[in-house]
Amino acid sequence: MTVLSLKNVSKSFGSLKVTDDVSFDVPRGEALGIIGPNGAGKSTLFNLVTGNLTPDAGRIEFDGRDVTRMPAMRRCLDGVGRSFQIPQPFEKLTVFENLLVAATHGRAASEAEVLEPCTEVLERTGLLPKSNTAAGALSLLERKRLELARAMATGPKLLLLDEIAGGLTDAECQSLIQTIRDLHSGGVTIIWIEHVLHALTSVVERLLVLDFGRVIGIGEPGSIMESREVKEIYLGIDV
Amino acid sequence: MATPYAVTTRTPASSVAMIFGLILVAVLFAAPAFAGRGTIQDLFFILTMLVLAQFWNLLAGYGGLVSVGQQAFVGLGAYALYGAVILGGIDPVVSILIAGLAALVLAVPTAFFAFRLQGAYFAIGTWVIAEVARLSVAQWRAVGGGTGTSLPRDALREMMLVDWIGEAFDVRASAARDILAYWLALTLAVATIAGIYWLLRTKRGLALAAVRDNTEAARSVGVDAGRMKWVVFLTSAFGTGLAGGMIYLQKARISPDAAFSVTDWTAYVIFIVVIGGIGTIEGPIIGVLVLFLLQSFLADFGTWYLMILGLIGIGVMLFAPRGLWGLISERTGLQLFPVRRRLTGGPLMDKEV
Ligand SMILES: Nc1ncnc2c1ncn2[C@@H]1O[C@H](COP(=O)(O)OP(=O)(O)OP(=O)(O)O)[C@@H](O)[C@H]1O
Ligand SMILES: [Mg+2]
Repeated sequence: MTVLSLKNVSKSFGSLKVTDDVSFDVPRGEALGIIGPNGAGKSTLFNLVTGNLTPDAGRIEFDGRDVTRMPAMRRCLDGVGRSFQIPQPFEKLTVFENLLVAATHGRAASEAEVLEPCTEVLERTGLLPKSNTAAGALSLLERKRLELARAMATGPKLLLLDEIAGGLTDAECQSLIQTIRDLHSGGVTIIWIEHVLHALTSVVERLLVLDFGRVIGIGEPGSIMESREVKEIYLGIDV
Repeated sequence: MATPYAVTTRTPASSVAMIFGLILVAVLFAAPAFAGRGTIQDLFFILTMLVLAQFWNLLAGYGGLVSVGQQAFVGLGAYALYGAVILGGIDPVVSILIAGLAALVLAVPTAFFAFRLQGAYFAIGTWVIAEVARLSVAQWRAVGGGTGTSLPRDALREMMLVDWIGEAFDVRASAARDILAYWLALTLAVATIAGIYWLLRTKRGLALAAVRDNTEAARSVGVDAGRMKWVVFLTSAFGTGLAGGMIYLQKARISPDAAFSVTDWTAYVIFIVVIGGIGTIEGPIIGVLVLFLLQSFLADFGTWYLMILGLIGIGVMLFAPRGLWGLISERTGLQLFPVRRRLTGGPLMDKEV
């Protein structure tokens, strides 16, 4: 069954067409990777799916419902969770409070009800020792982890991750991969934008390649990585 | 093995502050028994300004809505009270509620209009609406038009509780009315502080903080940022209207220029919040005391007084942007109304206290 469906979605900033007639379906429970060069429109695609941006044309369906013009807040309540490529923590709140906001509002639940899910996320993302630290005082890597943790705290059915593996050590990367695998095997549908290809391909079942806002390939990672277009685009980027 | 997780907001200092706060409120309620009429009037001024400051702080400090049109709600609330008393024959004390409701009614179209505006335009928009409200009320002949009017003697004489207070404290009717107004203001101030503190400790308070830090991210975790703005704006308008009604009930005389004065009901209020510390409950409490002291010492200086206030305001903004309370809490770590939710228990217990 399809959980997310994009039909001929387009978006321009001025004369720059950043999303160009994009169509694809994501079945429930899939892990889909998105790759493409800088400025290809990957993050913009996420913003369209989450409601942070509204498309100029086309249609987006989530869980069988048209959400094309639904506000971001409602989509989160319906089960769309996201991380931001440039971390956007609530700086004056602590790490724990960042998760509390996400869990109480994203799940429409009381603070008491979400204590357990929040502490579980803190444990799984390794942020527990930082629980009572103001998010503004975190390092960049910790902020990225908080992005993942906060998205998890909303209890998403569909989780959108935007470049969260960059800059990690091998051990940290392995533990991140494990966390995402656990989410995936727990039934969460995942779409993951990542330049760290070995991390991405060790998790996802399909890869989507975006270039100049267009989908130039979607399919099984092995064959996508072998295709001529991808090799051309990624010439110079380590594969 | 590990203790279960728990969340606390209380700190030792806040527990002590709570007890002192309760004692202070009890003493203030008893004040008419030992304080003279002048003191009661001063306290009334402090308490009503404190209420206005708390609500402006809720708007600007927590909601990011910098209004310079709060005089619209003071003025309309006050005039609604006069209308209810003069035209409706309703008891002035009951009419205070009508003052709050009238401000609330004005706040709905104001919000529809002003929420379309950003930043400085929002501020100007609120001021324009206040001017429109002032000019409209000045056309209202039944309450004195542009020159204003007084509360009718009969209504004041028959006001509830006044006889009882007069007998209990053995004072004349006018002093008894001051005591009644003072008690009402004290009740409103305590309810305002308790209500705002309660709001900040609910998940709506978390949402406010999140929206203030990063609106886009707040929306993405399910926070209804638009609704938070409405809640804050309408609550502030209602509370400001109640305070406006009380202030002019105590004055017993009203005119459009006074009731819709941007200096009295917005500029001083902003001064209080900025001096004390924006975005905290403690800030306006300190700020209102500072304003009162400055006013007591400098009132004879006329125009100079306003200029000195302005200079002090600018000085604080430059050298202590988080206000006097910001300085104090930075130095001491003190928080009288803590909202920080601290996670304790679990494996954390080993690592930190
Ligand atoms: N709000 C905006 N206004 C104008 N232009 C924008 C805006 N957001 C993105 N762009 C432009 O759209 C293009 C695509 O941006 P986007 O962030 O979606 O790319 P990306 O594939 O995520 O790139 P990266 O790999 O660097 O993260 C870029 O040229 C960018 O400058
Ligand atoms: Mg990007």
